Amino acid sequence: MIPWPMPAALALALFLLGLLGLLARKNLIFVLMSIEIMLNAAGLLFITAGMRWGNPDGQIMLIFVFNLAGAELALGLVLLLRLRARQPALNADDSNLLRDRP
Amino acid sequence: MIPVFYVAAAVALLTTALAITRTNPVHALLYFVLSLLAMGVVFFTLGAPFAAALEVIVYAGAIMVLFLFVIMMLSLDRAAAAREKTWIARPVWVVPIILVAAFGVLLARLFHGAPGISRVVSPQEVGVRLFTSDLAAVELASMLLLAGLIGAFHLGRKNP
Repeated sequence: MIPWPMPAALALALFLLGLLGLLARKNLIFVLMSIEIMLNAAGLLFITAGMRWGNPDGQIMLIFVFNLAGAELALGLVLLLRLRARQPALNADDSNLLRDRP
Repeated sequence: MIPVFYVAAAVALLTTALAITRTNPVHALLYFVLSLLAMGVVFFTLGAPFAAALEVIVYAGAIMVLFLFVIMMLSLDRAAAAREKTWIARPVWVVPIILVAAFGVLLARLFHGAPGISRVVSPQEVGVRLFTSDLAAVELASMLLLAGLIGAFHLGRKNP
């Protein structure tokens, strides 16, 4: 089997790529996608830990990570659709007031 | 198994890097789906066949396709792609790359230690554990999904 630091390093690299996308992109579609990348990297780390200790808890946590990702993405996409009616560019920097422009 | 892991890991990294740098969201999403399929292969080589199947069926097959449908509903045009190109001009990436690299160096120190047990964990074991000792967590997950459903329904109405 593969030594566990290898998949852990892959999880770290994917998480950092997701974080980079989250910090650098302005478009809310890409922000949501970066969050998905980071969640998936966390899932990979759970699987790696499950392999390291040889028990099923890693895969069980992955199921809950998928649950969270599904719920989060459903709400995020609905918010995205509603925001687009007001602000067609979907620029994250334009929606920083939490209310209508005065 | 080991060469398969490295190939799949390289594919996952490459497609993820492509996904976060595209201007067209549909292309980015398709690259991300490819990355998820590669991750499924990685899970399989790590001795988690059930997780690999879930990754392909649930994540790439359901969640990401939902994402793709919504993006297609947004009907983005060429103007959006041109605007996106100005948003991801090179200087935008400098500070995030520095921050992420610093964070990565901090986190990378955590990853060393003794080799572990490393065995294949069958779907049967996962199911038995999930529906006996972790049953409370399953109920909590169902409540989370219900909250997501009600929230999406409420926000999706004409005048929430």
